[in-house]
Amino acid sequence: MIANLIVRRLVLGVITIWVMSALVFFGIEILPGDVADAILGQGATEETLHAIREELGLYRPAYVRYLDWLGGLLRGEVGEALGTGRSIAEMIGIRLPTTLTLGGLTAAIAVPLALSLGLIAAMYPGSLFDRAITFGTLIVISGPEFLIATLLVMLFAIELRWVPAVSYLSQDPTFQQIARAMLLPVMTLVFAVLAPMTRMTRSAVLNVMASPAIEMAILKGVPRMRIVLWHALPNAFAPIVNVIAINLAYLITGVVVVEVIFSFPGVAKLMVDGVQSRDIPVVQACAMLFCAIYIGFYILADVISIVSNPRLRHPK
Amino acid sequence: MSPAPGATAAPVRREFRFPPLGVYGYVCIAVLLFWLFAALFAPYIAPHTESAIVTGTSFAPIGDEGLLLGSDYLGRDLASRLIYGARTTLTLALVATILAFVLGVVTGFIAGIAGGWTDSVISRVVDAFISFPTIMLALLIVSIFGTSLAALVCAIGFIEATRVFRISRALAVNTMTQDFVEVARARGESLWWILWNEVFPNAFVPLSTDFGLRYTFSILLLSALSFLGLGVQPPYADWGSMVKDNMTGIFVGAAAVLLPALAIFTVTLSINFLVDWNLARAQKDISDELVK
Amino acid sequence: MSALLRIEDLHMEGRRPTGEWMPIVRGVSLEARRGEVLALIGESGAGKSTIALSSLAYARPGCRFTGGEVLFDGTPVLDLSLEQKREMRGRRVAYIAQSAAAAFNVAHTLAAQITEGPAVHGTMPQAEADTQMVDLARRMRLPEPERIGRKYPHQVSGGQLQRLLAVMAMSCGPDLLVFDEPTTAIDVTTQVEVLAAFKDVIRESGAAALYVTHDLAVVAQMADRIIVLYGGEIMEQGGTDQILHEPRHDYTRQLMAAVRPPPRASGSGADLESSAQPPVLSLQGIDAGYGGVKGGKPGVQILFDVDVDIPRGQAVGVIGESGCGKSTMARVISGLTPSFEGEVRLDGKTLPPDVKHRDKKDLQRVQLVLQMPDVSFNPKKLVAQALGRPLEFYLGMTGAERDRRVGELLNMVELPADYAGRFPHELSGGEKQRVNLARALAAEPDVILCDEVTSALDTVVGAAIIKLLESLQERLDTAFVFISHDLSTVASFANRIVVLYAGRVAEQGPTRRILSPPYHPYTRLLLSSVPEMRTGWLEDHRATREAEQAMADVVNIGLTGCPFHTRCPLMIPGTCDVKRPPVHRLEEDHRIACHREIGELQEAPGVHG
Repeated sequence: MIANLIVRRLVLGVITIWVMSALVFFGIEILPGDVADAILGQGATEETLHAIREELGLYRPAYVRYLDWLGGLLRGEVGEALGTGRSIAEMIGIRLPTTLTLGGLTAAIAVPLALSLGLIAAMYPGSLFDRAITFGTLIVISGPEFLIATLLVMLFAIELRWVPAVSYLSQDPTFQQIARAMLLPVMTLVFAVLAPMTRMTRSAVLNVMASPAIEMAILKGVPRMRIVLWHALPNAFAPIVNVIAINLAYLITGVVVVEVIFSFPGVAKLMVDGVQSRDIPVVQACAMLFCAIYIGFYILADVISIVSNPRLRHPK
Repeated sequence: MSPAPGATAAPVRREFRFPPLGVYGYVCIAVLLFWLFAALFAPYIAPHTESAIVTGTSFAPIGDEGLLLGSDYLGRDLASRLIYGARTTLTLALVATILAFVLGVVTGFIAGIAGGWTDSVISRVVDAFISFPTIMLALLIVSIFGTSLAALVCAIGFIEATRVFRISRALAVNTMTQDFVEVARARGESLWWILWNEVFPNAFVPLSTDFGLRYTFSILLLSALSFLGLGVQPPYADWGSMVKDNMTGIFVGAAAVLLPALAIFTVTLSINFLVDWNLARAQKDISDELVK
Repeated sequence: MSALLRIEDLHMEGRRPTGEWMPIVRGVSLEARRGEVLALIGESGAGKSTIALSSLAYARPGCRFTGGEVLFDGTPVLDLSLEQKREMRGRRVAYIAQSAAAAFNVAHTLAAQITEGPAVHGTMPQAEADTQMVDLARRMRLPEPERIGRKYPHQVSGGQLQRLLAVMAMSCGPDLLVFDEPTTAIDVTTQVEVLAAFKDVIRESGAAALYVTHDLAVVAQMADRIIVLYGGEIMEQGGTDQILHEPRHDYTRQLMAAVRPPPRASGSGADLESSAQPPVLSLQGIDAGYGGVKGGKPGVQILFDVDVDIPRGQAVGVIGESGCGKSTMARVISGLTPSFEGEVRLDGKTLPPDVKHRDKKDLQRVQLVLQMPDVSFNPKKLVAQALGRPLEFYLGMTGAERDRRVGELLNMVELPADYAGRFPHELSGGEKQRVNLARALAAEPDVILCDEVTSALDTVVGAAIIKLLESLQERLDTAFVFISHDLSTVASFANRIVVLYAGRVAEQGPTRRILSPPYHPYTRLLLSSVPEMRTGWLEDHRATREAEQAMADVVNIGLTGCPFHTRCPLMIPGTCDVKRPPVHRLEEDHRIACHREIGELQEAPGVHG
């Protein structure tokens, strides 16, 4: 039963990514003009356009080009950037570790922190701590990421001069350089992700705490610590995992903004530059990468909640 | 006292009463009214026009050269630009949100009420779009349709519409399973009658709360795009692009970087606070003993 | 002996949705002694659960103590520290909740939860607690007492869970047991065994017990003394026999008057000559269910080959336990859940299965009244609009004519005409249910389907609704289909009864014939399970074989053969579990679906088997 559900979820995930790829690819087809126009710009003559189209295989039907592109995605060959002609896979390959480090570090700090803050707030609802958390997180989620970043830069880089405002990494950076370069971007992202995650954790736990099973535990004389950890937490587990997955969306938005603010040499910056120069193949490749990571985590969250559901683990 | 159960109960007119709004609530309303006023009457209250260069000094400090909030990187009056920026940001986000609601509520209600095949098809399509992280979808749409104001509004409206669709559909499905709708269906009422008379009046309050939330998301998304340089383009200016343009001022601690970002923040915080207060009224009680 | 629990002048308040605090318990004083069961009875809002929970020094969220004292074993428990309260709860005072399914934590095994009390209170080592649990489970007559602890709550049936809740309560050997409506959520045939188990527990432990319920017949079985509550105040208290048979307070008398006597063949229902009339509505071979139809069968089939005739102008009761398909039957008739097999005929004319394809004239003739008065009305519309719509829709009435008719309809259901200007939330539950009826009457139908219309109401209010239905049925030429799980209520005014079990018609016929032999074995179980309002009934009942039948409280739906065979004392192995039972057709269109011969079904209930 569980295996069945998990397989179904995985299949659904693959289908989702496939549908996304179709949307990403055919969305571009709506454009007036094509890649050839984009490469050559306005001064193009019919002959040169024709030559480029011939070279890129643009005269083939759309679905053939789509299958071609999809096959490339699966093999990790996603073509060349329009402007520079460099291999996109290579460009992404260089930048991906930076972006993953940024996201990974943020998650490593924000997830445990958000879970503990949310849990403590839910354990003492209405307390000073809880109200501070509720109010504080409301303030943070209301602010755009660049406000947080600006404030942090003004404080740490301009006023205190502890860290550089812009993250340039030399060819062979030392650990200290990396740490200093990463500090502000990670701090900004942690702030941005922490707030919604804490709020959602709090309400997920509170929701469980309002159930009759918890009242029963109180009336059995179970100590509060045990009520929270043994009675409430196992039931809040699935919603909390879900909360973490949902917040990946915030993390991705955050990564995009943060990489731009700090001129951070990551994949998101590559994508934004691609959008600005309308370098479609780059945008497509980066978008698919982010979406695949995102869907991957979503499915992981689903699988965890399926596995942790006692009704499914112990069928009748 | 001798009770008389079974007899007709005295009419209890339950007045609908909001819990007290508190000082913060009034501050939020005042902030929103302030920006609304600024947006509506920008040409009359702004000391200068949006694009007039009024001083040779970049990043003039607050109060210098007779400029209330100083100048930006080109020497334009920051106060005037903030006022005009309010107009751009708030209007574009509002139009996008309204678009999102028209699109989302109509499709959501149709899917929720019709059920069956119609519902499945619409829901699957929306699911596909919801599977994109918001910013990815926004970047893709912008890379396809460009950054004209109309394209931006449509992009944000469309993205938010997928979210509005979900809540509208859920509300409709929820209402459709209520007994009073079953009774109407058994009576032989048409779906349109049920939609208009039973579903809509009951979905109005939750939808209006959601409108507030969606509006803040629209403002934030628009600002993020503008900040990335993919949103509002010159000659128009919105708060997000003002932050981007003045980013160099960060090294001199210029108000021109911080104030537009803070302006966004005051609006979204005020709306979030009011929405939160509105939601808190419906919150579940949990045991007092876990409170102490 | 002095009282174990003494509550003195207790005052409590509850918070309304608007935020202001209202008194909900006003100066209640009571005493409970060891070895005694004290019942708190009353209708919803009487404050009985709130008072019972005060003995655990607990106020539900949204409630608070405002005055008075609760003395447990001489200690004022409201003044205890949180830690001291914790030490008392579970160990000295134990709580048995209304819904065991909700009270057990789905994430842990039953054993882990049952032995949690001894563990957190340190009353005994784990091994001893485990042995004790098995022992208690055996005494509660739970199946597989050694293994049941390893199961998770969702793997056990409702009746068994409720008994396991009692096992959990007993795990620390408490001095006081608080039962909070512990059988309200379970079916009548299961209730008997649960009550008996509770009674054994109380007797063997010698503990005091508070028993909260609204069901007087249950009280008669359980209580030594009774306290009658209304609006947070004590109306009357006394010994069980005195309260039940010589009530002194007006309110107690009202309560007693509202109780329907257990179904008896004599004197119940008005027996009309039913067979003479052609049926106004008839169901023929109905199969229905939910989920996508695959290969001619829906995902979940609820009704199997149901044949029912509704004679014109008569009241037909449909009786069955939760999940038997009685509400689905109403939905099939009204077309909300289209049947996928069989026919619904109105005056001999076959109706399309789906409401969407029926024409207005046919829709008008069959009207539906649903169970929950609170959700039966659009909260945004006035009573006048709710009643006016069918008038306009079916009869084309508008303006003053419609307004006048709305007034008349309100008067028909014994409400003042000015109620037209009210919103649903300004009405009490009983009043809403009256308007609900008026809405059905507005269409001037031939058939009104009433789905559990009294089950969400308090006894007194429900009784008044039944009375209204009776008088309407006498005055109008309308047939009523009255769907209920409560046999006493159905038997008191239905002309005919249809007994449903697991989606099939077990037996149907004139009320008088249903209530006397020959019986379908399930009807007999049902009849014998309805508690009588006399002390000692439970003990008498336990000596019969019906008690054994009720034990297997799992209903099997969709099995081959007769659905009742797993619980039937007359089961013929190799026949009942394989073949569909034939239908015996007796006089006056009395039908019994059973493999046994009629002669074998003659035995009356309550006889030793």
